[in-house]
Amino acid sequence: MSDVVTLAGVSRSYGDILALSDIDLTVSGGQRLALLGHNGAGKTTLLKLVLGLIRPDRGRLTVLGGAPDDAGVRPQVAYLPENVAFHKALSVREQLDFFIRLKKGNRGEGPAILERVGLANAARRRIATLSKGMRQRLGLAQILIGQPKLVILDEPTSGLDPVSRELFYEIIAELAGNGAAIIQSSHALTEVEARSDRIVILREGHIVADGRMAELRARSRIPIRIRVHVPQDTADDLAARMDAKRINGAVVELTCAAEDKVRRLADVTALGAVVEDIDVVPPSLEDIYRFYSRPDEGRGEPS
Amino acid sequence: MSAIANVAGLEFRIAFRNRWIVTAISIMTLLSLILVFAGSAASGTTSAGPLTVAASSLATLCVYLVPLLALLLSYDAIGGEVDRGTLPLVMTCPVRRWQIIAGKFVAQAIVVVIAVGIGIGSAVVAIAVGGGDISTGLGDIFRLQWTAVLLGLVFLAVGNLISVTARQPAAAASLAVGVWIVVVVMVDVALLGAVVADDGGVFTKTVFPWLLAFSPTDAFRLFNLLAIEAQMESNLAVAPLTLGLPAFAPIATLIGWLVVLLAATVAVFRRIEP
Repeated sequence: MSDVVTLAGVSRSYGDILALSDIDLTVSGGQRLALLGHNGAGKTTLLKLVLGLIRPDRGRLTVLGGAPDDAGVRPQVAYLPENVAFHKALSVREQLDFFIRLKKGNRGEGPAILERVGLANAARRRIATLSKGMRQRLGLAQILIGQPKLVILDEPTSGLDPVSRELFYEIIAELAGNGAAIIQSSHALTEVEARSDRIVILREGHIVADGRMAELRARSRIPIRIRVHVPQDTADDLAARMDAKRINGAVVELTCAAEDKVRRLADVTALGAVVEDIDVVPPSLEDIYRFYSRPDEGRGEPS
Repeated sequence: MSAIANVAGLEFRIAFRNRWIVTAISIMTLLSLILVFAGSAASGTTSAGPLTVAASSLATLCVYLVPLLALLLSYDAIGGEVDRGTLPLVMTCPVRRWQIIAGKFVAQAIVVVIAVGIGIGSAVVAIAVGGGDISTGLGDIFRLQWTAVLLGLVFLAVGNLISVTARQPAAAASLAVGVWIVVVVMVDVALLGAVVADDGGVFTKTVFPWLLAFSPTDAFRLFNLLAIEAQMESNLAVAPLTLGLPAFAPIATLIGWLVVLLAATVAVFRRIEP
């Protein structure tokens, strides 16, 4: 698929603080990219650059082949800010229609969008009377206007109830399925792990990791954990024999590199009937995130 | 153009829902009526009709009230939206920053037109209902209305500039009140003090008329009172102070302020990084 967002050598500072340094990043249509990093790592600055709300100090940045604030580009970009807010005095429909007109969308699509996000029955209600979850659904509604080619989401699911969250990811998958590039900043690691095609980790304004989950896992060389369940009170004995760690009286944990996994599993199964169960725990995104967020880890890594 | 209309439509709707329009009309109407009824006894015998007399006293009311209403309508326009988080989303839409300012300004301007139109218009109705002669002086009322709207637009621009400059809504509110006190109240007092101290000297004859025309509220008052004075044949002590000032100077002042302030507002807003 074609490139939707391209950053080449992009830097941006706020006064003396270097928020982003020499960022190279290309995002293609249909890709769901999760942008991770501590607070202050540069995530929001990166999103604001791509949205054309701020300009880079150095480097080249193109969105859909043009400048991010280009009149032809903006209607194709959808944005859901963290803690999205609307005018309380307006009704749901009025607020949505305002955005449809601003984005030069088709006013006829309003009811279908509200139906899609479960707000069809609240169309005439004042925003002041909506619950927090309903307001966030309205935020979700406005990203469906037109056919966005790029969707920018800034910590979108913080504070969403589980049902709205499911709906949210369903809609994001749909948009990506239609060819839109999705860039989502998040702290909810377990949540984005299964719902992203690509992980980018920022630390102190640098990209320290960029790739698919399996690639990052392999590159980080974080050991895989194999948990062996054994009968009560045999764990000590087994831990000593297997050069493993005793978790409790009935569970022993082995760690090994990814390439040794099969061999170690063979060792375990060779123990025979004493093994009651085996869990293989690959490094989670949290492990990977912790690894790459360590100082001096991964900086300058080829992406 | 449609983006400006879209923003203006939304702003106007919000102003209506938040009772801003009703409040502005009520205040203008109430004070106009009080002034007309209180002032009718004091008008005495002049050759001018009751509308001209009313226009003269309403001009003084407008000097204080219209800037205040305009500032209240506008001081929170941008800063408030940034604070409540409603603006970033709009700024990522295909709408230029100047169009956002223009849309908001148009909506605020419509509120001012309605409030001034009805407020001053109600004085005419009251005089007519009370049996007063309204065959003459309608021109004075109309002049007062359009110049009051122009004065209002200038202070809307001041308020919008405050709203893009102040970092916090509370700071914007105190700045708006401060501007009103200084520009509307204190400048007059200071100029008066200077004239008294100068006692007809060079300052009074050369600098003062231009300072008077430079201050938007005084320009407004000057333009209206000079026109009214010509008919009332009663010396309001304005004309001698404006020797040599071109007749269009007060209006040029108001338009000049309006253009400069709006340009400054857009320039500042362009640099805001939400």
